[in-house]
Amino acid sequence: MSLKYEDVIEKYEPVLGLEVHVELGTASKMFCGCNTIFGAEPNTQTCPVCLGLPGALPVVNEKAIEYTIMIGLALNCSIAPFSRFARKNYFYPDMPKNFQTSQYDEPICVNGFLDVEIDTDEGIKTFRVEIERVHMEEDTGKSLHMGGATGRIHGADYSLLDYNRAGIPLVEIVTKIVPGTGKYAPEVARAYVAELRDILRSLNVSDVKMEQGSLRCDANVSLRLIGSDVLGTRSETKNVNSLRSVERAVRGEMIRHAELLNKGERVVQETRHFQEETGLTRSGRSKEQAEDYRYFPEPDLVPIVPDATWIETLRAALPEKPSTHRKRLQEAWSVPDKEMASMINADVLEIVEATVNLGADPAKARGWWLGEIARIANEKEVAATDLPITPKDVAEIVALVAAGELTDKLARQVIEAVIAGEGRPSEVIEKRGIKVVSDDGALMAAIEKAISAQPDVAEKVRGGNVPAAGALIGAVMKETKGQADAAKVRELLLKHLGQ
Amino acid sequence: MIIKRNAADMAVALASGETSSVALTQAHLDRIAEVDKDVHAFLYVDSEGALAQAALADKKRAAGEKLSPLAGIPLALKDVMVQKGIPTTCGSKMLEGWRPPYDSTVVSKLRAADVVILGKTNMDEFAMGSSTENSAYGPTHNPWDLSRIPGGSGGGSSASLAAFEAPLAIGTDTGGSIRQPAAVTGTVGVKPTYGGVSRYGLVAFSSSLDQAGPCARTVLDAALLHEVIAGHDPKDSTSINAPVPAIVSAAKSGNVKGLKIGVIKELQGEGYQAGVLNRFNESLELLAGLGAEIVEVSCPYFEYALAAYYLIAPSECSSNLARFDAMRYGIRVGDASGVSAEEVMNLTREVGFGREVKRRIILGTYALSSGYYDAYYGSAQKVRTLIKQDFDKAFLKSDVLVSPTAPTTAFKIGEKADDPIAMYLNDIATIPVNMAGICGMSLPSGLADEDNLPAGFQIMAPAMKDDRLYNVGAALEAALLSKWGAPILSHVSGLGAHA
Amino acid sequence: MAGISRDDVANLARLARIDMAPAELDHLASELGVILNAVARVQEVAGQNVPPTSHPLPLQNVYRKDEVAPSLTPEAALSAAPASEAQRFKVPKILGEEA
Repeated sequence: MSLKYEDVIEKYEPVLGLEVHVELGTASKMFCGCNTIFGAEPNTQTCPVCLGLPGALPVVNEKAIEYTIMIGLALNCSIAPFSRFARKNYFYPDMPKNFQTSQYDEPICVNGFLDVEIDTDEGIKTFRVEIERVHMEEDTGKSLHMGGATGRIHGADYSLLDYNRAGIPLVEIVTKIVPGTGKYAPEVARAYVAELRDILRSLNVSDVKMEQGSLRCDANVSLRLIGSDVLGTRSETKNVNSLRSVERAVRGEMIRHAELLNKGERVVQETRHFQEETGLTRSGRSKEQAEDYRYFPEPDLVPIVPDATWIETLRAALPEKPSTHRKRLQEAWSVPDKEMASMINADVLEIVEATVNLGADPAKARGWWLGEIARIANEKEVAATDLPITPKDVAEIVALVAAGELTDKLARQVIEAVIAGEGRPSEVIEKRGIKVVSDDGALMAAIEKAISAQPDVAEKVRGGNVPAAGALIGAVMKETKGQADAAKVRELLLKHLGQ
Repeated sequence: MIIKRNAADMAVALASGETSSVALTQAHLDRIAEVDKDVHAFLYVDSEGALAQAALADKKRAAGEKLSPLAGIPLALKDVMVQKGIPTTCGSKMLEGWRPPYDSTVVSKLRAADVVILGKTNMDEFAMGSSTENSAYGPTHNPWDLSRIPGGSGGGSSASLAAFEAPLAIGTDTGGSIRQPAAVTGTVGVKPTYGGVSRYGLVAFSSSLDQAGPCARTVLDAALLHEVIAGHDPKDSTSINAPVPAIVSAAKSGNVKGLKIGVIKELQGEGYQAGVLNRFNESLELLAGLGAEIVEVSCPYFEYALAAYYLIAPSECSSNLARFDAMRYGIRVGDASGVSAEEVMNLTREVGFGREVKRRIILGTYALSSGYYDAYYGSAQKVRTLIKQDFDKAFLKSDVLVSPTAPTTAFKIGEKADDPIAMYLNDIATIPVNMAGICGMSLPSGLADEDNLPAGFQIMAPAMKDDRLYNVGAALEAALLSKWGAPILSHVSGLGAHA
Repeated sequence: MAGISRDDVANLARLARIDMAPAELDHLASELGVILNAVARVQEVAGQNVPPTSHPLPLQNVYRKDEVAPSLTPEAALSAAPASEAQRFKVPKILGEEA
């Protein structure tokens, strides 16, 4: 990309729109009793209803309605007193009925908002993202494209369809357009999806795993000249499978639009697909030849008229908001804003909390997750929470260090080993024979050995050059295979040399 | 001949031991073998399955088990109802050879009642038509005159009754497809209140209008069958959750003293065959003679009913039939190297659907399309409200409403095939009932003067008051029987060796 | 006067995924013209202040409990498939992108 982001935001301001699809974690599907287990053998969780066999009819899953209302309430929406399903008609092999039972002009939740906090140059700022609607629909089947080079649809010879996923309840959350984010559009987008994810998780309505597709994000981006109120043409980006990708996709699209506009070219209104490897988007279907979905009220289902008492019961049972929860933790742990933001950004807040709940000191727990573990995660280009090290492991390590059985240096070794798959901390320690050597006798032996090997250095130290002791300490550490408590070694050594 | 009896009498014969279900079933299979090459009421005869069901019924009876009133009685099933493992074509090439992996609720109820299902009857393709000429498998011939239509879409079911191939049949009615064939074959047909009989497994034509119902040679037989198939079904969200009205006792009562019978002004006069009107008026006189009060009512919005129906039904069917795309079941045409799924869909649907079905799909697609929805589908839905209001007002002044069932007697095969509007007019008196969701019955009122062919008398009652149909129907039937001296069907001549 | 052109019909056939021959398109255009004329009269009541009826019965809130019920076996699910492979429905190459 030739254009730099700074150049883009100098001239243009972005307008965002975000559509998030959530797969609800109900036991059975939206309109039938089939199981919803992820990864089951193909076509083992289907029935006449979700296969769209002739004659089959849908019946609404009550829990799906409950979850949707909870989501709407958590997003400060009004719950519609009267709501209906509608048919969205179009043909595609992954849709058994060739229409999707969804909602059109009578969605179940409308007009909400979600406040997100961004770390800006001027400190923490709050952006309010307004929510247009939250509605229910059903998921499609999954296609495997066969015969082509990449497994993608282009160049495939044929496709194989698995309808296990068809009919799983989906909730679609659509924002109103989000202006005024300026250069922070990518961060706002990411923070919105992250906050939404945390809320959904706290409600226990979905496992919100972006990598498994239970949380999907489509980002709409358009640019307009700063100061103008004429909206630009927007593009829709799909296949955004992680929080990081949300941010990259928005930034990438802003740059792409600006490049076109600067050249005097037109932005095409289309669907684009995000490419993980490059961070760029690829053109998909042109939205200008939009399909006419011929929406009409679903005749096989009857209206939803949620009881007001039921809604209030659900409202009263809503869990603590993630933002409230975070403030509470921040206070309890006495964490400065910047560090709080780091934890949220690295997506480790929850895992740190879990570690603290197992008895670890908050500062120590933070230190390991944001420090050594985050470093390894960055190296491997994964999220810290994806590494095979658990809060229990870290809590154990923190306890061992506190008890003096591990030094910080040894703890780092153990962490690396656990991540490398050598086992749990206790197993690693046993296998590798990691032990802090703090026995004075053993240490003194090593110290004397080091002194006799480097008499001139020892002389310097005796002469008052304390920093020179470093070489001797190093030698002792080497002798003890790093298992000596460095601080103890220094203490003994200096004392021995009269310092 | 036992096959000439009505079902209630056959049940007595079974109970007394005069005959067995196996013998009874075999007698009907023999009759089918004898006459169906001329009538062509059946698309599939399940001899083996039927005899097995009959044997089971006999076994249960011998063991002293308590049986349903219709246990062991044979029945013909319209081929639009899904029956597990048995070819279900809906009269279409699209589903040639399709054997469903599940049973419709109606079939489940019939099996639970030990009714013997002889086979699947012919119909207009996907229930669209008024003559059974739209079947992809050739028309059914009216037993009264083999050169004439038996009505439609359920011509096969009604013809099988008139030809004594079965004493009971199941039909479905969307705009008159049970009642109009009943009228032109001299049999009884009932469209229950919408939601009274489960639609689970009824291949959908127009979801908000379709309803399965009983067909028989007498009012009591229809009542007995109605009771077996009616009732709430949790698999059908549009199913009424209330007890089935006391229809059998109503059919045994037949008392119209003091009842107000409303004659709908708009459903007679011009366009109605004189002989049909004569029989209608005579029936009214008979009812008056039995103590009923005849009143005239006006339903001014009925003149829009046909137009609204031919917008709503095609719209819903254009969506319901989208699932037939050659991907999961049904025929597949054009699949060759290099041909895409889209092309295979297009080719299959062109070849798999007949003219009338394609015409209605296109019409429905148009009526729902953006820019036209309000003018067509939207307006038609308003007409529906107005028709319902007309009925509500009329039922304030009367207990039941009546009209001739169809404007003419059976016309010749091919006579109206090229004139869609003329064909659609066959349903002009039956359509309003489906639009409002109320119930309707047709029973024979006699033979028309011009051609000695059967004419039907239609009774309509408010939603959930199906018992009123049977009460009035039974009274009229008894009075007509007295007048004729013998059942009307004894006039059907020329079929097979035993006429 | 509600008319419908052959191009309109072609467009509708495309939306409905039916591959119609030109002669069929023409024939249908004229038939549909006649039918549309007949049904257009529903617009005469459009001005009426009545709500549209989508359901003949005043039912609402019909639900099922979130309980798992037995599914079809994969053999039964695939029993009528025109083609299958690896326990999946086999379909020709798909041109359009997923929605």
